[in-house]
Amino acid sequence: MREPILKVSGVSKAFGGVQALRDVSFEVYPGEVFGIIGPNGSGKTTLVNCITGFVRMDAGRVLFKGKEITGWPPHRIANEGLARTFQIMRPYYSLPAYKNLIVPLYSPRARKMGGWRGGGKMGDRDTVAVDILEEIGFERDSFVPYKPASALPTGYLKRLELARCMALRPELIICDEVFSGLSMSEIASMIPLIEKFQMGGVTLVMIEHRLKELFRVADRVMVLNFGEKIMEGTPEEVIQDERVKEAYLGTEETRDA
Amino acid sequence: MELLIYGLINSMALALMALGFTLVYGISRLPNFAHGALYVVTGFATWTFIHSLGLPYGVAIPLALLMTALIGTFIYQFVLIRVRGMEMSEVIATYAIGLAILEALRWAGFKGMTYSLPVFVGGSVEILGVPVDMHRLLILGIGALVFLAIWAFTHFTRLGLALRGIAQDEWAAMMLGIDSDFTATVALAIGSALAGLAAVVLLPLGNIVVEAGYSVLIFAIAVCIVGGLGSWAGAVLASFIIGFAQILSVAYIASHFHMVVALLAIILTLIFRPSGLFGRQKELEERV
Amino acid sequence: MEQMLRKERIDRGIRVRTEGIYAISHWQELTYLILPRLLLIGGFFLAPICLLPFPYWQRIVSIICVYGLLAISFDFLANFVGLVCLGGAFFVGVGGYVAALLNTQLGLPSVLSIPAATIGGAAICTLLFLPCLPLRGIYFAIVTLMYPLIFSRIIEAFNLFGGTDGIAGVVSFPNVWLEQYVIISLTLFGLFGLRRLVNEDIGLVLRGIKDNDQAVKASGIDITRYKALAVFIASLLGCFAGAYLAHLYMWAGISLFALDFSIMPIAATVIGGGGSLAGALVGSLIIVPISELLRAFGTLRIAIYALILTAFIVFRSEGIMVYAQRKYHQFERWVKV
Repeated sequence: MREPILKVSGVSKAFGGVQALRDVSFEVYPGEVFGIIGPNGSGKTTLVNCITGFVRMDAGRVLFKGKEITGWPPHRIANEGLARTFQIMRPYYSLPAYKNLIVPLYSPRARKMGGWRGGGKMGDRDTVAVDILEEIGFERDSFVPYKPASALPTGYLKRLELARCMALRPELIICDEVFSGLSMSEIASMIPLIEKFQMGGVTLVMIEHRLKELFRVADRVMVLNFGEKIMEGTPEEVIQDERVKEAYLGTEETRDA
Repeated sequence: MELLIYGLINSMALALMALGFTLVYGISRLPNFAHGALYVVTGFATWTFIHSLGLPYGVAIPLALLMTALIGTFIYQFVLIRVRGMEMSEVIATYAIGLAILEALRWAGFKGMTYSLPVFVGGSVEILGVPVDMHRLLILGIGALVFLAIWAFTHFTRLGLALRGIAQDEWAAMMLGIDSDFTATVALAIGSALAGLAAVVLLPLGNIVVEAGYSVLIFAIAVCIVGGLGSWAGAVLASFIIGFAQILSVAYIASHFHMVVALLAIILTLIFRPSGLFGRQKELEERV
Repeated sequence: MEQMLRKERIDRGIRVRTEGIYAISHWQELTYLILPRLLLIGGFFLAPICLLPFPYWQRIVSIICVYGLLAISFDFLANFVGLVCLGGAFFVGVGGYVAALLNTQLGLPSVLSIPAATIGGAAICTLLFLPCLPLRGIYFAIVTLMYPLIFSRIIEAFNLFGGTDGIAGVVSFPNVWLEQYVIISLTLFGLFGLRRLVNEDIGLVLRGIKDNDQAVKASGIDITRYKALAVFIASLLGCFAGAYLAHLYMWAGISLFALDFSIMPIAATVIGGGGSLAGALVGSLIIVPISELLRAFGTLRIAIYALILTAFIVFRSEGIMVYAQRKYHQFERWVKV
């Protein structure tokens, strides 16, 4: 049995009178793609915020690589190797795309992890930033990385958000709805990127609404509903499960025949 | 024993000072940094009504309160309404207005010993062996009355309930048809009047000085930070804590400790419990 | 045939070429870029010489620079890092008192006391602002607003450091030219230095804190530490101004915590144009002489600034410098078609 890279146990969080999360626990193993799905309002983003330190949980523990990160501030968690994307992205619109990566490259972790391929000893963050953008799929040797972020379409912005995470050389990335807002072809071009992450040894936790695309890449999936975990399993198992169907579609009132 | 009584009185004074500020912030999230100026201007207005216009005390006070409430309304209608939502601009704008009022008063010659308001009732009483002057006792009484009145107002009248609704959830209240601008104007008018009320109750204890404008602002903010921005119960509790701390330190350490206590209270709160005692804002818990 | 006229921008073609390496390709582009800066630097450096027959106005130049430093530090903190500092007087007071104490108690000459007061004062200020840095911006505004008020009252009440009389007997500068040019060069150094800083990598981090601090946190950066760094930089400017004033007036007292030093820089920045750093300096160039002329009005001055400030904020004016920058790029002339 492999050691889980991320172990979340008993996370609960209430906002005022609303119980956003109730006793959620799961484990993620190194190298896999773990999906988290659930209807709107099931607490997916709150879960991410709790794990990554943006929101203080009422109860629960989070262990990352065996280390207890419960209650750590977000930047410390990021420096430990756990990165996250934001559902609503706000890049620095007036700056060129590659300059958007300067901030994460300034972090202690990026500095410690040393030179990116060809980037040297972190002395020139600009070069490293452009390298990262090329890795992430911006066209090689074009002027796309130099365009201001306001000129980029959504697909590129999503990649920029992932690049922001990649600059930290993370071991686990939590992707908050990266597929949302993308067209079918844009998603199709994102999938090789995800597989590339996997091959690079990065574990992915993906929160998604678009189930078809998610099920193509995910190894295991967890389903949340009203803040509770109702099921966990492979995509095939999840599709067939009654509780999942009920959560998404509701039940028919059965009447006596 | 003496300390207990004077501590109570001081705490009530602080609570009165802070009430206007915390009410406005609690209802409309508006930091009214002109609070101190409104306090002082009411004092001088009352004095002017009495001495220059010859009005009796009982008429001068309500008139001054009305005037201050009007000033508060103007502040909202002409200034704050345009910068609503931009916290920094609200702070700077109200602070600037407060400054303008205070410094204009100073320039207009309102300084010196001649400006003071007469106490409501003269004489003193002995309580448990401690001589206390009547006016100070009155402060306790009036303060309690005011709090009761505000409580009743916000729980039993339509307007008061509307104010509470806006305080709890602005969007929901607006969807129910409560006009946010109107309630903000009312809140600011009431808050200003409360600042004025604190002034007419507390100023008879000494002279009216422009400096008090800054001191009152500092104390009101200290109380609100310790109690939690926007929490009325917190403000009351905080004023008792700070009030007693001030009296005790003045008695045992050195005089003039009021400011130091206020400063320490602010710093300690920010370090150890930034959202204050009953802070509903929960600033440290951020949402993405 | 009739000659048709149309408007053409004077800098047609030139402006575009000033981006990037082409800037040095032709004297026209160079002039376009350098002229405004040259005017500013030249003007400041020539001012003391031109004003030699008017020592009163020479001193005004120094005061302009003092307020300019404060305004630049306010602009930097507010528009680049997102921290609105309503009490610039605190920096001035701390810097001034530290310099005066170092000078009168330890006998340090001005050449040592000013740098020491600048750095030491900045450290003290940063330390005192530390509790409110992790919190929402409004707390910083409140705390900065209150500190100068509170500290001046504490000094007065406890008669510390000379109480209301202040610390007298601070030595002045060795000679008048030093007095003038030290502050002028340091102001310009501060201005151009900060302008350079905000475009460096670390400047991007600071600006990121203002734009989107959640993303900055998620990128592994400790926001509190960088906010502290920004406050330290800003207080370096402010404490230097205070230390300079202590030696200029040969006295340090509660008036160093006066509202003037808090409000005028804000007014200068808002009028001159926030977000451009140079605008703050231009703003103080405008406000300080006006303030001198208004000196007859006593404290009404402050009331006037406060009202002007309110007007600018409420009507969200962009400020003179920003307006000028826009227009500089838009000069037009009539050209035959």
